[in-house]
Amino acid sequence: MQHHISEHIISAKNLSIGYSNGKKPAIIVAKDIDLSITKGQLIAIVGSNGIGKSTLLRTLAGIQSPLNGTIDFLDKPSKSYSPLELASLLSIVLTEAAVSKNLTVLELVSLGRQPYTNWMGSLSNNDNAIILEALEATQLSEIQHKKCFELSDGQLQRVYIARALAQDTPIILLDEPTTHLDLFHKASILKLLKTIAHKKQKTILFSTHEIDLAIQLTDTMIIMTPETTVHNTPCRLIEQNVFNTLFPEDFIVFDKMTGRFTIK
Amino acid sequence: MIQRKPNTILFLLLGLCLVSSFLINLSLGSVTVPFKEIFASLTGGEVIKDSWRYIILEYRLPKALTAIIAGGGLAISGLLMQTLFRNPLAGPFVLGLSSGASLGVALLILGAGVFGGTLGSLLASSWSLVLASALGSFLVLLAVLAVTFKIKDTMAILIIGLMFGSVTAAVVSVLSYFSNAEKLQQFIFWSFGSLGNQSWSGILILATCFILGVGLSILSAKALNALLLGEQYAKSMGLKLKQKMVLIILATSILAGGITAFAGPIAFVGLAVPHLTRQFVKTSNHFILIPAVLMVGAILMLLCDSIAQVPFTDYTLPINAITSLVGAPVVIWLLVRKRKLFF
Repeated sequence: MQHHISEHIISAKNLSIGYSNGKKPAIIVAKDIDLSITKGQLIAIVGSNGIGKSTLLRTLAGIQSPLNGTIDFLDKPSKSYSPLELASLLSIVLTEAAVSKNLTVLELVSLGRQPYTNWMGSLSNNDNAIILEALEATQLSEIQHKKCFELSDGQLQRVYIARALAQDTPIILLDEPTTHLDLFHKASILKLLKTIAHKKQKTILFSTHEIDLAIQLTDTMIIMTPETTVHNTPCRLIEQNVFNTLFPEDFIVFDKMTGRFTIK
Repeated sequence: MIQRKPNTILFLLLGLCLVSSFLINLSLGSVTVPFKEIFASLTGGEVIKDSWRYIILEYRLPKALTAIIAGGGLAISGLLMQTLFRNPLAGPFVLGLSSGASLGVALLILGAGVFGGTLGSLLASSWSLVLASALGSFLVLLAVLAVTFKIKDTMAILIIGLMFGSVTAAVVSVLSYFSNAEKLQQFIFWSFGSLGNQSWSGILILATCFILGVGLSILSAKALNALLLGEQYAKSMGLKLKQKMVLIILATSILAGGITAFAGPIAFVGLAVPHLTRQFVKTSNHFILIPAVLMVGAILMLLCDSIAQVPFTDYTLPINAITSLVGAPVVIWLLVRKRKLFF
């Protein structure tokens, strides 16, 4: 296999994630994670509740430190990036954050430019162009002057994604972007993410519980089970029968033919 | 196209209100001074009566300036706390700053009675009051900063601030219980708050605190904008959170501590003015909110002080009571009318 070094935008080796609190022994959520992720992919992280999906995202985002192992971005250790450098490399979308809903859509999306602006946060023509592009890509141009408290959950989700787009980073990490949405809006958010990943060559990782949607729409999936963490294309994962290891087999089984879970 | 509405009209209107409430404040009092003479006193022109010039320059002008500084400063520190803690109930005093100041003053006034001796009575001059309350808020500030360095969670800091306040209030009650009626009255008068009786040197110190605090606030405005999205987003955009948090808390403490030291614990302004301002300033951008909140706070304080003077009489009501009596119904009316708290 031929490798272009710069194509590995994220790679993790022997990664252990969890929480450490000074003197107490660390709580390991997941360990022995090896990932090598190439550019321009939409990647879903799936696994049952409490398996460490959010912890993995938070660790990749640098919000918490890994307990063990290394994370490299573009073949440079994540620790070697300054906070500001990291901010131009990866952006995040959180669902349950304490975001002020009194901001207009435009104001919230514009905040994505913060890593690039001066101490007053003044926006250059280039900044404005990028903000405009982000609003258009997420179909928010029409409602850019609305306040966020006037928006539906689906629209709000698009606003957060637009903010991440405005931050203009090669990597975007999203924590459960499809919760609280109906099937139509779940599918449209994921479709939007796929378009962004392919058109703008961005690497987009998101955690989700929508496994059947993810199988249809993502390029690759990271499956987290208590034993291992595997990363492959949905087709290969189905072939390898990985989805059956997600939940107790005597209760929920995965049907390879239909690509769906059934309850016994 | 991206359009950003200019705020020129807003600031022109606010400026106009500020100037007129400043002049109203100067023209009202127990002695009636003609408007023309006020102007003459201010510009150094000919004034018919020397006593008028004295009243304006040595009494009313310092009081009006104190009102502007106190109103504007407390309002800004309220805005900073509400954004930092992402909590609409936060105000400059949630960090226990005013309780610290109260404790300092209580120890000075009431402690003198409890511990007795000439040392106590010697200290109870007006300057030592300022010193004691400044020291009190400064000590609480140091404690809060120490906690900020140790704890990441702003909610925990908020609660710890409330606990500090609770403890100091308890100590003040104990002191009150053991002190005599005269000392108690003196302490209660301080807690009413007062904008008057400031010397020009006092105002200079007050203005220094004010400029320092407002300067730090403006320096933190970009960080405050990022904090509107919560700490995690702010951090993900490259914000040095700890450093900015210390800066914001420092700005609040300088403003609230300095003002409380000189004017007593003036309630309400810090909590209410930011909400009042958000009702008509249609942005959350702190580069616009900070000057707007400053001006609204100053206007409100000038008007409240004009009312507290009870025009054409010799009475002066406690400013602390007036800010709440006037301000609270206004905020309630606005919230009921708009049915929504913009935060």
